Formats: sequence, structure tokens, C-alpha cells
Amino acid sequence: MTFADGKAVITGVGQSQIGRRIGRSGIDLALEAAERAVHHAGLTFDDIDGVASYPGPVAAEAGFVGATTHDVRDAFGMKTRWHVSGVETSGQLGTLMDAAAAVATGRATHVLCFRSVWEATAQASGRAAALTEKATRASGHTEFRVPFGAVSPANWIGMYAQRYMHEFGLTREQIGKLVVNARRNAGLNPNAIYTAAMTLDDYLSARMISTPLGLYDCDVPCDGATAIIVSRREEAAGLAHDPIAIESVGAALYERHSWDQRGDLTTMAAHDAAASMWDGTDLTPADVDFATLYDGFSYLCTQWIEALGFTEHGRVGEFLDNEENYALDGKLPINPHGGQLSAGRLHGYGFLHEACTQLWREAGDRQIKKDLSVAAIGVGGGPEAGSMLLRLGA
Amino acid sequence: MSADSGRVLPEVTAESQAFWTGGFDGELRITRCQDCRGWIHPPVGACWRCRSRDVEPEVASGRATVASFTVNHHQWLPAFPAPYVIAVVELDEQPDVRLTTYLTGVEVDEVTVGMSVEVVFEEHDDVALPFFRPVAA
Ligand SMILES: [Zn+2]
Repeated sequence: MTFADGKAVITGVGQSQIGRRIGRSGIDLALEAAERAVHHAGLTFDDIDGVASYPGPVAAEAGFVGATTHDVRDAFGMKTRWHVSGVETSGQLGTLMDAAAAVATGRATHVLCFRSVWEATAQASGRAAALTEKATRASGHTEFRVPFGAVSPANWIGMYAQRYMHEFGLTREQIGKLVVNARRNAGLNPNAIYTAAMTLDDYLSARMISTPLGLYDCDVPCDGATAIIVSRREEAAGLAHDPIAIESVGAALYERHSWDQRGDLTTMAAHDAAASMWDGTDLTPADVDFATLYDGFSYLCTQWIEALGFTEHGRVGEFLDNEENYALDGKLPINPHGGQLSAGRLHGYGFLHEACTQLWREAGDRQIKKDLSVAAIGVGGGPEAGSMLLRLGA
Repeated sequence: MSADSGRVLPEVTAESQAFWTGGFDGELRITRCQDCRGWIHPPVGACWRCRSRDVEPEVASGRATVASFTVNHHQWLPAFPAPYVIAVVELDEQPDVRLTTYLTGVEVDEVTVGMSVEVVFEEHDDVALPFFRPVAA
């Protein structure tokens, strides 16, 4: 039992230059990532007949939407049979799942999927109007939070973290070990934003943002784009790499789409997505060789560890106490590239890129030493979540 | 919004009008299902529990319990000088119905999960924001 009868595989990945305030546009970055991914797969743009992107043309803070599907189609004069983008989907991986389904049902053969951000440059150039300058009212999903000063995801996620810590005794030291480990991995990643060594003391003494989240619990805006090629399996033979099968995906949301109404505040939509993902495969958490788990905020990574079943609910603190559980040379390496906290906020797609890079053994100094065949990816937080299980080869 | 305060007020919709204006009459108005009697927040035009479309605002007691909170230390808005406390509170009427709110009248280091709080309204333009403060023991 596999997702879409095993008809969708990943055949190539690419990333643009990544950095802070590099002064390049989101489209420029998207095109660079797209070129690299298409080339990496051993394809040409004439082979690509589908394009998918998250989130598409939506109102958002400056730099959050680097390029749309049409920007990339137009730039390369692509003839496509299928395209999609959308923000109302299962975390940033949602449109990628749609692309895989489109491939499996014959609507496209090779789909270019991408996510581009240029938040660092946009903010530096003053495009991000300060909240204080906005003449608008809080509407949509912020209507019931922003008027109370709950303006940042750090506030919303801080409250989830506080409740979990209250219930289960998770400590900042335990979360800090995960953050420090990711920074250690980032030191081996030449494309990471932050590579300087960090100690647990550095973590604990950094300024508080919104309790219990401090500065190093929050990722930072960067510029960069990631592209992934999803292909129909029978068209993948003879390409540049052993195809990576999309074994199963998790897109479930079983409760209200809300940051504060979930029945159990010590879980998130990640738990729904992960449960659904495991329902779609004969594999189990014990089969996973490594994981790349969203850490736009550190606490979200701890949620994914539990949601995906790598430890029991309520026990992630014990899991984190023992670094052999998740270190680069440990039982289940987590975020070998450094995660978003250290490698940069490529907003979801970076985790899929790293999973494929590791499976193809192209990760350089940070390559996980043991044999790898199965990777778990969890992306998103709060009511937004999507997960994937990848398996190398047929 | 009041341009000088940096306060971001809510956009009042048909669904949320009762919630945002009840405070002018000193009432915390929460949408309630007229069939299963379950409370609903934020209001969405139907009851997610029984799918009834017969939902109406009713007056809740304004008493609640802190389900979680965060002390925000970063200065985002002039109207909310840091540090300040944001909380998710559970209505006494139905604990799985929660409001995200601002806690007033409390020291930032004295807030606890489980603390009893009550509503207090702060009026700005056409809305009365339901803030909460600790209930005297
Ligand atoms: Zn009902």
C-alpha cells in the first residue's frame, strides 16, 4: 500500500543561493532553483509539463511569496498541462502532494514544484510595513488574536508550548538540546545561515521573545528558493538518480482550523497528519532512518517527533535528554542540515530538499553515515500540517 | 484603528458583530447552538458539533480559566508595551470553548495555568475588546 499506487516519485531537487539580504528578487531565486532541479533530474524544461507552488499569489508579508507558478512558466516559456498553487492546503507540502496526485492520475508527467522566499531582503528594503503603520483591521484568521496583542506566531505557539510544558514537564533545557544539535549539524552545511557553534548556555541566556520561546527558538527570515521535481514512475527510469518513492503522505486535519480551539492543546494538526500518513503504509516509525522536521519554532519540531511516533505522547522531553536519539550519528538523526532555525527559513521545502539529498548521499560533510532508505518529513505547525514518508528506489 | 495607539482592531463581520459589541452593554456574547446548546467560538454560522444552522449569540458569564498563556517580551505594537500577558482562557460554561485574550490587572510573573479570570471590556471606536483579569480569591 503506497500513496497514489506508487506512481509518483521524486527525481530531482535544487536550491538557489541562500542568504540574508542578498538583494535578489524572489523570481530570480525561484528560477535559479528551478534550473538546478530540472538539471539535477536529468531533464530539460521541454520535459516539464506541470508546475506547482506554495502559496501562490496571496496577500502576505513582504517577501513571503517569492514567485508564482505563472512567473516561472512565463520566464521559461513553458508549455504545461497542469498547474496549481494554494495557501489553503496541508502545510507547505500540500501543493506537492497535489502534484504527486496529478502525476499519478495522468494529468502531468514531470512537475516542477517550488517555494521561493526573499523575506530578508524585503524587510531590509523597508517593504515590510511595520504593523504600526498598517491602517487595516485584523480580519480572517487573525481577527480573534491580533486585537489582544497576540500578533506573532511566537505568541500563538508559545501558548501551546507553555501548556505542554505544564502538563508533561518538558523543560527549556531539553528543547535547547535539540536546537544546539541542529546548530552543530548546520556547522557542516555550507549553505546554512548560522554555522557558529552554540552552547546550551547560549540558548538559555538569549533574550526572551514570548515565554517559553526565546530568540533561538525562532527561525529567521532569509532569501532562497527550493525546487523539487515530481515525476511519473515509468518516466523516471534512466534519469539521473534512483527515484525516491512517495510512500505515504499525511494531509489530515480532524479538528477546527484554529490556533486555540483544538481539543487537546498538547497536540497539533501534526498529529492528525502523521496518523493519516501511517494509515497509508505498511511501514512503521521503526523503519524510519532519519527525519527532517519543521522547526520554524523549536517547539514544532518536538511536536513532530511525538506526532510521527518516534516517542510516546508526553515523553519528548526524555527523548531529547539523550542526544544519541537524534544526533547526526544517532539512532534517528533529525534535521541533518540544521533545520530552519540554523539553515534558514526556506519555509517547509527545505526539509524535503534535505531528505532527498541525504537519501541520494549528496549531503557532503553532513551526510548521515549509516545506510538510508526511509525518510520522514513533517512540515507545518498549529492547524497547518503535512507529512511525507519517502523511500529510496523501487 | 486609532493611528496614534498602534492598536489593531478587529474587522467586525456579520458573524462576529455580537461578540465585538456586547461589551458596550457589559455582556460577553458568545455564539450558542440552539439545538445541542453547545457554545461556539469563533462563530462560523453553524454548530460544528451537531451541524445545526440554528446558532445565536447568548450572554456568557464572563468567567473563565487560564488554559495557557505567554508573556510577550518583544515590542510589536505601541498599544501593548512589553512585557504583557496573552492568554487562552476556557469558558466556565464549556471548557473546550476558548478565547485568546489579553490579561490585565496581573503581574506578568504571577499568571498560572488554571487561574480563574473574569471579563473586563476595553472600548475602542466601534468595538469593546473582552480582556480578562484575575478573579479575587
Ligand atoms: Zn449543535
